[in-house]
Formats: sequence, structure tokens, C-alpha cells
Amino acid sequence: MVDTVVFIVAAAICLTGALGVILARNPVHSALMLVMTLFGIAVQFVAQEAHFLAAVQVIVYAGAIVVLFLFVIMLLGVDRAQNLELSVLPIQKWAAIVFAAGSLTILALLVVVVKEPVTGAEAMGGSATGEENVRLLARSLFSDYVYAFELTSLLLVIAVIGAVVLARKPKNLSDIVVEEGSEA
Amino acid sequence: MVELVWLIPALPLLGFVLLLLVGHRIGEPRAGWIATIAAGASFLATFVVFIGLLGRDGHSGGRSYELILFDWLPAGSLKVEAGFLVDPLSITMALFVTGVGALIHLYSIGYMHGDPKYSKFFLYLNLFLFSMLMLVFGNNLVVTFLGWEGVGACSYFLISFWHQRESAATAGKKAFVTNRVGDWGFMIATFAIWSALGTVTYTEISNSPAMSAATGTAVSLLLFVAAAGKSAQLPLYVWLPDAMEGPTPVSAMVHAATMVTSGVYLLVRMNNVLTEDALLVIAVVGGATALFAALCAVAQHDIKKVLAYSTVSQLGYMFLAIGSGAYVAAIFHVITHAFFKALLFLGSGSVIHGMHDEQDMRKMGALRAAMPITAGTFIVGWLAIAGVPPFAGFWSKDEILLAAWEQKNIGPLLWFVGLVTALLTAYYMSRQVILVFFGQQKWEEEVHPHESPWTMTTPLCVLAGAAMVGGAINLPLVKDWLVLEHFLEPIFHHPHHFSSGTTTKIVLAVISVAAGLIGISIAILSWLTRRISTERLEPEFLENAMYVDATYARIVGGTGTSSFQKTADFDSAVVDGSVNGLGRLIMKLGRLIQPTQSGYMRNYATGVAVGALAIVAVLAWGLFL
Amino acid sequence: MEITTGWYLVLGAMLFVIGGTGLLIRRNPLVMLMCVELMLNGVNLSFVAFARQLDDIGGQTVVFFVLVVAAAEVVVGLGLVVAILRRQPGTTADDLSALKG
Repeated sequence: MVDTVVFIVAAAICLTGALGVILARNPVHSALMLVMTLFGIAVQFVAQEAHFLAAVQVIVYAGAIVVLFLFVIMLLGVDRAQNLELSVLPIQKWAAIVFAAGSLTILALLVVVVKEPVTGAEAMGGSATGEENVRLLARSLFSDYVYAFELTSLLLVIAVIGAVVLARKPKNLSDIVVEEGSEA
Repeated sequence: MVELVWLIPALPLLGFVLLLLVGHRIGEPRAGWIATIAAGASFLATFVVFIGLLGRDGHSGGRSYELILFDWLPAGSLKVEAGFLVDPLSITMALFVTGVGALIHLYSIGYMHGDPKYSKFFLYLNLFLFSMLMLVFGNNLVVTFLGWEGVGACSYFLISFWHQRESAATAGKKAFVTNRVGDWGFMIATFAIWSALGTVTYTEISNSPAMSAATGTAVSLLLFVAAAGKSAQLPLYVWLPDAMEGPTPVSAMVHAATMVTSGVYLLVRMNNVLTEDALLVIAVVGGATALFAALCAVAQHDIKKVLAYSTVSQLGYMFLAIGSGAYVAAIFHVITHAFFKALLFLGSGSVIHGMHDEQDMRKMGALRAAMPITAGTFIVGWLAIAGVPPFAGFWSKDEILLAAWEQKNIGPLLWFVGLVTALLTAYYMSRQVILVFFGQQKWEEEVHPHESPWTMTTPLCVLAGAAMVGGAINLPLVKDWLVLEHFLEPIFHHPHHFSSGTTTKIVLAVISVAAGLIGISIAILSWLTRRISTERLEPEFLENAMYVDATYARIVGGTGTSSFQKTADFDSAVVDGSVNGLGRLIMKLGRLIQPTQSGYMRNYATGVAVGALAIVAVLAWGLFL
Repeated sequence: MEITTGWYLVLGAMLFVIGGTGLLIRRNPLVMLMCVELMLNGVNLSFVAFARQLDDIGGQTVVFFVLVVAAAEVVVGLGLVVAILRRQPGTTADDLSALKG
């Protein structure tokens, strides 16, 4: 009983937030709606006993990434409301409708028609129950997936370097290919 | 001593290189002497090798010596060496090639006196001699082909030696192009022989089993095409009369004694491969050519053109002999023809020289007083070619007529054609002698015809001697006197034997002598004593060589050129068009697809999304069914 | 009523579809990046659902990695957006059509 209620409430939050992201005119509103979705997802994680992930989701996603978004929005001053006018390219409207309808249909059908959504293959990463979630996750991360772990840490370093290079101001004026009046 | 065979072509090659480097500076007459010494030394070397070959035993196969210099074209199972084959056939050819060649070199010293390109002439002559010797001594088809092409090229150089004259340049081109048709036959035949027998070396070909009848006949006919090109048979003879544009020594050497006999040599060398059917074709074409050319010679006015058609006719005799299976007779006639035809050409050159470059016989006459040596030797040559015994031509021509008579399928017909040709030969040669040396003087006194210098008359005398006694190498009456036939025996796997009895032989010989005498009489009666009217004896039809050249020109120039043009158009329109059109089509397709590259990121995202959706739909289809 | 895996899958699917549609119809680059985050979250939910059903911790490990990579991607993406928008404020995704063929 409790599970059902929790699920429905969390799902409602997720979906409202999602729709808000894509429909809000002001990008700041979109970011805030995104936070709402992320919280809903975190609740779903907890309901599925992925406690560590729920915590990480809130801290990293909602706490860092969305904050980063807001920083950029404020920095660039795009927080002013924009004309939504869904699309200048007319084909996009139709493409979006096709995509939305088609995907929903297929995915819903898949879920409903296929009774057993799993193939029955062997579990790769060890049991998800038994011990504490953190311990299990840590063991899996540092034994089975240690290479991926190291690579992603390398990826983070590269991403930081890349962001620094991208975002700094150009040294020479000749680097700028820009029209008169626009200032870098 | 047989190992010295490499010297024989090397000496003229050395002469060529020397003259190429310093000939211009040496000037005349030293350049001429260098070339003549090279040719003479080559003849001496040939003689030495000949003695060495004689020292070997002919019956146990000892008279076949191969000197391999190096592996020329090693390619898989194809083995082509740069090698020389010394055997009776090649040494026979080499002897008269170098002998007559050396004499003609000597003659040219006097004949080409005063020509601005004196040393170049001798350079070409030496190169020609080298190529001819490579042709004769090659131990496989490819080395022979090297010489074959070489003599063709030198013939072209020498015909158009006075290239400022448009007719000479054209004649050279005509010779080269017509020869090329023959070369095509040679090449295809070589390929076919290699694919059928797996070898191109002569010794191996002679010992190979026979090919299938169809392949053998095809190969034989292709070889005959090659021979027809080089030895001026129907229909590829058209270059030889025009080749008279070259200096007379060239006509004597290249177009009488040596190059034109290379076709005969090729067929005799490949005698193991020739099939019965092909031989019949060869005999028929040879006979037809002999008769045709003799008819044309009857009405010519130029002193050299008569001799040119005469050469074509005599070559026809040689192929008639080959077609009848009498290879030895063909080679015998090659030798005697070399003697008397070179003699006749050199004699005519002497006349031309003495008459200050006049070549029309209608402007000559009664020259025997002014040029006694030339006249005397010319008369010897005339008697030889007319087949008057005991001169050399009688013996070889008679042997050919006998072989023709004995040919299995149409022997008597071939013999009759040969007989008529002999009559015509005697007639037109007599006509020539009378017009030039006898009869009334038709030239002005200012011309002052004079005898030629010793460098020109000496070769004439030597050749006259050879024409007188040359028949001795193969006299038919006593078996032991058939020296040439015994000498050449190892070459043939199936030697030819004459099957007629002595009576038949004698009767046929008498008939042919009678024909010759009749021809001579008709000529004397018409041209000397004017008993027979000469008006209808030189019809225009024959004078223009039955309009063959004009017909060729019309065919090639008319339909030929239009078909060539159509092929060229086809190439540019269809072939190029399809290739370019393909390019244009691709560009058009590209332009059709261009709108998808709109540059808008969202469009690309759409493509990804809808595409992924489609793939999932396809994959999930199976689950829904 | 029991909440089976299917329910979570449907929710994840809907999040994914909503994110994809937003990506296709919005022009503001920042909002487009947010829609990408939505799609990633939908996928994460599916992974965790399967991890629970199959009793496999690997599903959760994958989500961990997705989180890390999403963070890196957002960093770089925002760096790009900053670099572009600094030059020309008010640029939309449609204006960045220099790759037009």
C-alpha cells in the first residue's frame, strides 16, 4: 500500500517536472523544474533500495549540475523570458510529434506485451541484496569495474581541462571573428 | 670455331656504333670504308663459322649449335634467351646475306658519292645488316622478331632516306605500316605457339609433337601473314614498288636480297609446324602473286619498278615452292635470286648513275657502248632470271616448277601458272634489256652517259660470276651433286623427295626453257625489230598495277576513315560520356541530398531520434507478432 | 497492487520521451542540455529497476558511471555554450548552422 502511494506521488513529481522543463519559457524556471524531477527520481531510487545512488543523485545532479546550469544562465543573462514559438523550422514540430507518439507507443507496448522483460542471463556484478548497498556497490566498483572507474576519473580531469580552455577569454583580438559592435 | 658466331652480328653493330659517334666527322669516303670493312669482316666470320660447322658430323645432330648469351625474358614458364642457333639453314642464309651485303656496301661507296648524308647511309646499312643477322641467327622466335622489327625499321629509314622528297617519306610510311600488319601475324603466331607447345625455341619446336589441326593451320596462316608482309605477297605487297624511292643500293640489299627473304626463312624454319591445308593456301597465294606481279611488270616504264615487281614475282615463286613442300627449292631460289636480283638492281643503279639520275627507260637506249661492264653483267643477270641454262636461275626455277607439278591437290595448275609467269618474266626482262642497252638512242648528247667507278663495277662482276655458276650448289641430275639439299637435311623432319621419274623431269625442264625462249623472242620481235606492234603490249591497266593501290586508298580513305571516325566518336561519346555521365549523375544525386545538411542541430537530432525509433520498431516487431 | 518492474520502466520511458521531445522543439541551448539530462535520468531509472529485479549490483554501478559522465558532459557542454554565447548573446541553436552543406 505504502509502496504504491509512494510510487504514484514520486511519479507525479517526476512527470510534472519534466513537462515543466520543456514547456517553461524562462530558462531559470526550466532549471528549477529539473530539480523537481531529480528529487522525484531520487525518491524512486530509495524505493528500490539504491540508497547510495539516491544520495549521489541529490548531491551531484541536483546539487552541482543544476547549480552549474543556473550559474551559466545568470552569467550570460539569458534569464529573460524568450519567445517559445515552438519551432522556426516547421518540420521539427511534426518530427517531435512523430517521435513522441511513436516512442510512447512502442515503449508502452513493449512493457505491456512482454511479460518477462528479462532474458534470464547470469548476474554479472554480484548480488544487490544481502549486505549494505554501499558496501556492495563499492565492492563491485573496485573489483569488476575498476578499469571503467579509472577511465571515468581520467575523463573528469579531461573535462575540467577542456572547460577551462573553452571558457577563457581569447588573448589576441585577431582570434575573434566577430562583427562590429559585438564584444567578446 | 662455331662459338665465334656472336662476332657475325657484332661486327656490323660495331660499325653502326662507330659511325653513329664519329661518322659525321670522318666524312666520305672513310665512313663508307668503315662500314664495308665491318660487313666484309662479318662475311669472313661467317665463313669461319661455316668451316667450323662443316667440321661437325651432320648425321648425328652435331650440326646444330646453340650459343646462349644470357637469359633474356625469364617469366614463369616462358624461357626466352638471347641465343644464337648455328645450323645449316642459318649459316646458309648468313653466308649470302653477309656476302652480298658486303658487296653492296662496297658499291654504295661509289653510288652515294656526293650525298650530304653519306655517313648516315652507311650507319643505317650496318644497322640493317646487324638486324638481319640477328633475325637469321636467333635461336627462338623472340630474337628473330627483334631482328624482324629491326629490318623493318631500317627499311623505313632507308626508303625515306631522301625524306625531303614527299614521295619518299610517304613510301617509307607505307612500308612500315604494311609491314606492321605482318608483324601482328608474327606476334599472334608466337603467342599461339607458346600456348600450344609451351616453348618458343626453335630446337624445341622442331622436336615437339604436332598441334591440333585447327591450331596448326591457324598458326601457319598467321606465320604466312607475317611472311606476306615482309616478303611482299598478295595482298601486302603494295609497299615494295613504292620502296624504290630509296637509293638503289637499298633496293638491292633490302628489297631484293635480304629483308624480303626473311619471310621465306621464317616459314622454312617453322616447317615442323606448317600443316597441309596451310601449305596449300601458301602455294596458291604464292603462285597468284607471281603471276600478278609479272603481269604488272610488263607495262612499267621506270627501270627500278620493273625490277620491284619482278622481285615480288620471284618471291611468289619461293612461296609456291614452300607450299608444295619443297623447302630446299625455296632456299635454293632465295640464294640464286639474291645473286641475280642484286646484280640487276646494282646494274640499274649503275645505269641511273651514268645517266645522271634518269630512271625512265623510254629515255634510254643503246647504252651498251657507253657502259660495257654494266651492260655485260646486266645481260648475265637477265639470262639468269629468264631461266636460261646453265645460269643459276634456271636450276632453282626449274626445281620449283617440278615441285609445283608434284603438288598433290592442284599440281598441274600451279605448274602452269609458274610456267606462264616464267614466260612473262623472260619477256619483261628482255624488254628492259632491249630498251636500256639496245635499240635506238633516245637521249640527248649532253647527257654523256659514262661507266661507273671500280667500286661499283667490281661488285657487278662478282655477282655476275655468282649468277653464272651459282646453280652448281644443287644440280638435280646426279644425287651427289645435290649439295645444298644434303647440307640442309638436318633441318627437316620430313624431307621432300621428288617423285617424278627422270623423263618427266627432263620434259618439264625443256618446256620451261622453251617458255623462256618464247618470251625472249616476243620481246625481241616487238621492241628490237619492231615486227610486232607494241601499242597493245603496255596497257594502262597493267601500268597502274591493276589499280590495286588506288583501290586500297579508296577503301581505307573512304569507308576505312569513316569507320575510324565513327570509332573515335563512339569512344568520346559513349565511353567518355558514360564515365563523365556517371560523375554528373553522382553530383546530381548529391545535390538532391544536400538539403538534409541544413546545418541545424535540431534537424540532426531529429534524424537520430526518428532513426533510433525506427530501428527499435523493427527489432520489436517480432515480439508483437 | 504490487509495483512490478514494468511500472518503473514505463515511467522511465515517459521521462525519456518527454526529454527527447523537448530536445527537438526547444531552441535555447541551455534548455536543450537540460532535456538531455532528463533523458539520462529516465535511463537511470530503468537500470536501477532492472538491478533490483535481477539482483545484480551491476545495474547500479552503471548508473554511477552515467552520473559521472553526465557531469563531465555538462561541464564541457556548458563551457561551449559560454564560449558561444559570450560572443553573440541571444544565439539560439538554429543560428549555429555553420556546418550547412
